[in-house]
Amino acid sequence: MSQGLNMVVCIKQVPDSAQIRVHPVTNTIMRQGVPTIINPYDLHALEAAMALRDRLGGTVTVLTMGPPMAATALRKALGHGADRGILLSDRFFAGADTLATSYALTSAIQKIGESRPVDIVFTGKQTIDGDTAQVGPGIARRMGLNQLTYVSAIPTIDQEAGEITVHRRAEGGVQVLKTKLPCLITMLEATNVLRRGSLPDMLRAERAEVETWNAEAAGVEDIGKCGMKGSPTKVSKVFAPSPRAEKAKMVEGDTAEAKARVAIDALAETDPQLLSVIARQPALAS
Amino acid sequence: MAQAPNTPAAGRGKSKELPEHLKAYKNVWVFVELEHGRVHPVSWELLTEGRKLAAALNVDLAGVVLGPSGEGTDSAVAEAFHYGADRVYLVEDPLLENYRTDPFTKAMTDLVNTHKPEVLLLGASTLGRDLAGAVATTLATGLTADCTELAIDPNRNMAATRPTFGGSLLCTIMTQQARPQMATVRPRVMAMGEPDRSRSGEVVRERLDMVEEDIVTKVLDFIPDADSNQAQLAFADIVVAGGLGLQKPENIKLVKDLAAVLGAEYGCSRPLIQKGWMTADRQIGQTGKTIRPRLYIAAGISGAIQHRVGSEGADQILAINIDPNAPIFDFAHHGIVGDALEILPALTEAFRQRLAVDRLAG
Ligand SMILES: Cc1cc2nc3c(=O)[nH]c(=O)nc-3n(C[C@H](O)[C@H](O)[C@H](O)COP(=O)(O)OP(=O)(O)OC[C@H]3O[C@@H](n4cnc5c(N)ncnc54)[C@H](O)[C@@H]3O)c2cc1C
Ligand SMILES: Nc1ncnc2c1ncn2[C@@H]1O[C@H](COP(=O)(O)O)[C@@H](O)[C@H]1O
Repeated sequence: MSQGLNMVVCIKQVPDSAQIRVHPVTNTIMRQGVPTIINPYDLHALEAAMALRDRLGGTVTVLTMGPPMAATALRKALGHGADRGILLSDRFFAGADTLATSYALTSAIQKIGESRPVDIVFTGKQTIDGDTAQVGPGIARRMGLNQLTYVSAIPTIDQEAGEITVHRRAEGGVQVLKTKLPCLITMLEATNVLRRGSLPDMLRAERAEVETWNAEAAGVEDIGKCGMKGSPTKVSKVFAPSPRAEKAKMVEGDTAEAKARVAIDALAETDPQLLSVIARQPALAS
Repeated sequence: MAQAPNTPAAGRGKSKELPEHLKAYKNVWVFVELEHGRVHPVSWELLTEGRKLAAALNVDLAGVVLGPSGEGTDSAVAEAFHYGADRVYLVEDPLLENYRTDPFTKAMTDLVNTHKPEVLLLGASTLGRDLAGAVATTLATGLTADCTELAIDPNRNMAATRPTFGGSLLCTIMTQQARPQMATVRPRVMAMGEPDRSRSGEVVRERLDMVEEDIVTKVLDFIPDADSNQAQLAFADIVVAGGLGLQKPENIKLVKDLAAVLGAEYGCSRPLIQKGWMTADRQIGQTGKTIRPRLYIAAGISGAIQHRVGSEGADQILAINIDPNAPIFDFAHHGIVGDALEILPALTEAFRQRLAVDRLAG
């Protein structure tokens, strides 16, 4: 009798970017009071893992690297039905870019795998604050996992044979890929809907002790590869996009018809070829 | 990239010397993304951009072509020269027929370790991002994703600028102590130059040291997208889009009518996708498509930064908004203050008449 799949889902707590404002005078980010959320893409990863658990049994461990307050994200995931939450938190991890982040997460996943090998690591497609889509491939490379990015569906999985097939979004179509476990899957958005937590799960989550690991507990071997120190990329400048030198020229006119005519004149004046370009558009042939 | 970008990190004050063993890294490389016998146009956009970086550094520009031998690969090599490459690094192998992470990562990292480029650019396509992440981790170097601007600083480092925090801000990222400096750029963000069919150059061939048995992942099938329209929006000359100012799903028709008269593609802002008024492939912006049309008409769109970064590459923008203070007027070239529900039909009619006159005259 197999014990089902041992799965780890990497989630990140991110600022709700819809609510970030730039100070109009100092041009700095106004972070105060910006609420944090679980990176939306990671919720698809969490649901995909739980759906596999429904099929084959097993455990879903959620893992996040961040400040102590990131424990909130783990509790939320536990409330939706994850089995175990691990917070990776240490001042040595601060200021990590994707290379250093994937290093720290890899150490923790290997630690998790010591008691029982991990079959699948899930990440979101990308984060909304970092937006790089690099951490997943980084973990796969470091751990030697088969890398499956932009996955939209997992039609078959055979734990005995250690095989999995997935649909992977590619340019202009979908690749159907077959590979061996263990693997790393980055889930595409809009592939599933996160289930609501059951009442017992929600109650359990509220009281749950989130395990917190520092670098040592996570078995990090080389602290120099973590955080700012282990990050080859450095942010040299953050700034708000500059406004265009001139604002839009406003079209004057008493009626909608008049405004429309004046607007076309203005467009044609700036770009004398515009109307002939329009006349040549292939879509007009029909 | 770093997650707490409010302290200007290294790069200020004393400039760090590049470690000795990295000084051998020279030249700018662009990955020429070849799949199903066709090159993704982002590759030509990047060669055009790479030309400028190579000029600033006074080094050569090279294309990297990975694929099976055959017509598609031959023409990718030839075209790489047309779009500005001085040299092409070519790995021809049947294992490079369909994209898979392992053989492509091996081919690329072996090339980099042998020929040592200082800059490596890839398209931020699903393929390019998959490959870039694997290559950068293997080489333990810095990778900046989704750049909107690339430049060379006085210390010969690449300054890669990208939107951050969901697009509300921009940040500039540097990789000062590792090589190559890697970056991905989304399709249509950089302009594509005119090809020069008379250009040619040196081809450097390398072998892929791998057999099929080494590769665990197999491609069972490829299901092409049914909606061939998918890519059109990004490449359309004329684009008309609507936002929440359209108020009702029925009013999408006003956008489509104008688009039909102009032979244009149509699109929308993100909330319309979330409401299900249009399909996701028509979203314009940071998390949708980047467009670079000759003319972009935006009706009832406020011009949030996430929308702006995907549309400001348009040559001309005409914005229609009922609010004279809407942010879209900060980056549009022409503005109509008015009700989109009236202006759109009026524009459709006025264009129809104008085009008829032009056709008679022509
Ligand atoms: C992480 C993230 C990513 C995002 N990515 C994208 C993206 O890729 N693309 C995108 O578009 N958005 C994106 N957004 C959303 C973006 O922030 C804005 O919320 C969105 O662009 C607003 O859409 P809108 O302009 O249609 O709606 P609104 O901001 O509500 O603006 C409606 C506009 O219509 C005008 N109006 C109202 N009635 C009329 C009328 N009768 N006639 C004319 N004008 C009228 C109003 O004055 C207003 O300016 C993203 C947000 C986040 C947080
Ligand atoms: N600090 C983190 N903790 C846990 N998971 C992370 C962290 N950063 C990134 N990830 C995972 O990696 C994915 C890609 O992140 P990114 O490369 O930043 O776009 C996310 O969707 C998460 O699943």
